[in-house]
Amino acid sequence: MSRFTCKDPVVLDLWHAIASADEAVDGAISTTVLLEDPVAFTRSETGDPVVWTYPARTEPELPADPADHLPVLERYGYVWTSFGTPPPDLFPIPEYGEKDRRNIHAATFGVNVSAPRAIENFLDMGHFPYVHTDILGAEPHTEVREYEVEISEERDEIVATNCKFFQPMAAAASSGGTDVDYIYRVPHPYCSVLYKSSPLDESRFDVIAVFVQPVDQEHVRAHMMLTLLDETSEDTAIRLFQQTIFGQDKPILENQYPKRLPLDPRAETPIRADKSAIAYRRWLTKKGITYGVIPAAA
Amino acid sequence: MTTDMHSHWYPIASSSDLPKRHVYQAKLLGREFAVWRADDGYVNVWENRCLHRGVRLSIGINDGKELKCQYHGWRYANRTAGCTYIPAHPADAPARTICNHRYPTQEVHGLVWAGETASGELPDMEGFDEVTVLRPVPVNAPRELVAQELRHYVFAEGCTSREEADGSVIVTAAGGPSVRLFVQPCDSNHSVIRGLLDQASEGAERVAILKHHNWLLEELRSRIEAAAASMETPEPMVVTIAKVSEDLVDIPPASEDGRQAELRVQVTEKAMTAEGIVSLRLEALKGPLPTFQPGAHIDVHLQNGLVRQYSLTNGPGETDHYTIGVKREPDSRGGSVAIHDGVAKGDVLAISAPRNNFPLRRDATHTVFVAGGIGVTPLLSMARTLNSQGLGFEFHYFVQSGAHVAFNQAFGEMGDAVTIHEGLSPGETGDTLRDVLKSPGRARHVYICGPGPMLEATRQIAADAGWADEAIHFEYFKNTTERDDSSSFEIDLARSAMTLTVPSGKTILDVLREAGINMSSSCEQGACGTCRCGVIEGEILHQDVYLSPKEKAEGKSIMTCVSRAASDRLILDI
Repeated sequence: MSRFTCKDPVVLDLWHAIASADEAVDGAISTTVLLEDPVAFTRSETGDPVVWTYPARTEPELPADPADHLPVLERYGYVWTSFGTPPPDLFPIPEYGEKDRRNIHAATFGVNVSAPRAIENFLDMGHFPYVHTDILGAEPHTEVREYEVEISEERDEIVATNCKFFQPMAAAASSGGTDVDYIYRVPHPYCSVLYKSSPLDESRFDVIAVFVQPVDQEHVRAHMMLTLLDETSEDTAIRLFQQTIFGQDKPILENQYPKRLPLDPRAETPIRADKSAIAYRRWLTKKGITYGVIPAAA
Repeated sequence: MTTDMHSHWYPIASSSDLPKRHVYQAKLLGREFAVWRADDGYVNVWENRCLHRGVRLSIGINDGKELKCQYHGWRYANRTAGCTYIPAHPADAPARTICNHRYPTQEVHGLVWAGETASGELPDMEGFDEVTVLRPVPVNAPRELVAQELRHYVFAEGCTSREEADGSVIVTAAGGPSVRLFVQPCDSNHSVIRGLLDQASEGAERVAILKHHNWLLEELRSRIEAAAASMETPEPMVVTIAKVSEDLVDIPPASEDGRQAELRVQVTEKAMTAEGIVSLRLEALKGPLPTFQPGAHIDVHLQNGLVRQYSLTNGPGETDHYTIGVKREPDSRGGSVAIHDGVAKGDVLAISAPRNNFPLRRDATHTVFVAGGIGVTPLLSMARTLNSQGLGFEFHYFVQSGAHVAFNQAFGEMGDAVTIHEGLSPGETGDTLRDVLKSPGRARHVYICGPGPMLEATRQIAADAGWADEAIHFEYFKNTTERDDSSSFEIDLARSAMTLTVPSGKTILDVLREAGINMSSSCEQGACGTCRCGVIEGEILHQDVYLSPKEKAEGKSIMTCVSRAASDRLILDI
């Protein structure tokens, strides 16, 4: 029996982002909660992050024995850990390493919802005109056109391509609306990466990733990472933009009932526009995930 | 938790909780309700959850006619709770089975009453004809405990109390007024006391009464909560959310049943709305009418055995009746004459549920309607919808003379958007249409309905002016083209693994039905689009007037009531 509160073996074995990398500082111990258990982290003298669990309602102290440390990775500007036996590395985001890009930690948002509901929201274009009015969409331009979804067996991830949505002010330079191209990846049950046509270079994409940290089954911290071609905007302006967008999603997410994602196909009403969400729910079912979802009755 | 509890009526809100265009969140026996009043006064009590992604409808928008979800803009109709529009797919009519769960409700004595499966009479309210609704007081305690303590409520000298059959308590002051107290069980450990005083009041007197009782009820609340604190807190109630209908799981929705007359309606009004045009108001004999969308039509089964299609002219939210307009066509086969001469106010008619093969896109920045004569009916319903949502449109209504303008009152609501063109010659009509349709563009759409020749001409003018095929929408009253049914061919049914032969003189639809395959149909002359079926392989001889030239050229669907194979064999997606 695992010593952790979460009993879902699939979820225990995943890597989970728990904080932006600059929160891990040598000489200071910070804390957060992962899968209902308190977790502490710091940075060692050698510069590597260290993560461990500690008993609730106690002061965390760095365990001397490395055997008491949790697995740790520092990737894409975040500290990642796992309660089980994680894979050797995380999913790739090659753009993160491109020299002419800026990588920005945009925000960490606490949201009163399950991780899979947050991921589904991230994959969804249909809500743009209603939730992100006059930014990512505007009535009456509400159509979600056909797009492709496939589950890549080789990489074990969902990819939605050829997604287009009409946006009223896609870029500062645009006069009137344009169709913006999107590609979505779900390479991890609680992480998603989107590629959005860059206003500066049509052949390349800006990348926005969300790494959702499950605090418990119905609460998350969503970490937003950007890797952009934009050289002019200030970090603060870019963060404010992302925080505005996320701030609009938060009240919607917190009013979803039930908070856990129902995997029974008859629990909610899918439409063609939800192809990626349908694939995501099936993928979670196939993986046997039970944490943050309501599994379909067998 | 007993089913008995669920079949009772409980007060869940004060009438004053439902001001214009508000959505109120209520809870009863662990279940959340979205409660809203439409502009016509009707109070809706629904599951507090959009069927699409489970977002609370209590954070939605009440536009007076429909409730719109905040997340994806899905619209649900007043009274029927049926989904009328899914903005992500503007060209599609939502399946009729997308309907939110609604609960029995009544609004009486200043309170809104509901119950999960409530039926029967509300509690007898003798003596409470004139009331002041007290301020509701929430109590963190189980219903039984609150109900017990209500008897100890004292608001004046010499109060006596008695429990009524429904479990409420009447407290009467010596020689004075009475207060009746009800408990709304929100959840296992959460209740609301709702009270009525048996006298009307207003102004300062009312405020004084409310304050007085509110203060005393708060005291009672403290006592009850103190008692509850020493008891074990019960587990919250568990509610089950009904699953959506099975046919919605797979996309697209399964086809509906064949030509049916499943509804019985009474003609509650019959009036001439224009020269030669009668309007009928139809109300359900029992229960609510199914949800309609703008552009929808119904089949009317007449006493003489004929079945005719008529478009609904209703605006959004008008869900307690259907209105149709019927033009007297002396040379027709007798449908319109039967209605004009044979149907009277009070008569009962058999009709089908509404079908929508002429859906309205609401993602246009500008919509042009072109109506000729009685073709106005579906377009009127559409224009009323756009008008209600504040979307831009213009409406061109071509009539012989002013006396031929039907539904004048409804047009009055639309102001300058409507232009009536009276008594134009075909040449003048063409010139006018060329002017009206001169500027196609992105997110601009045109909808046409009228007599065949005018419809053909308008489609041609629009196409010549550069309107894309996808932007031209039309509906014929009937198919006047000459049809050939002499050929004989085979059909393979891909999903049913069947091969059938269609002989000359029979339609594909006939053959399918003989083979026991249920296929929807309505006009059965290639005009309405109900019997549309996907074609996987084979050449089609299109003989309908429903599909656009582009759709015909693509060869991916067929109207099974009139069209046939041009090759030896068709593979149908059934």
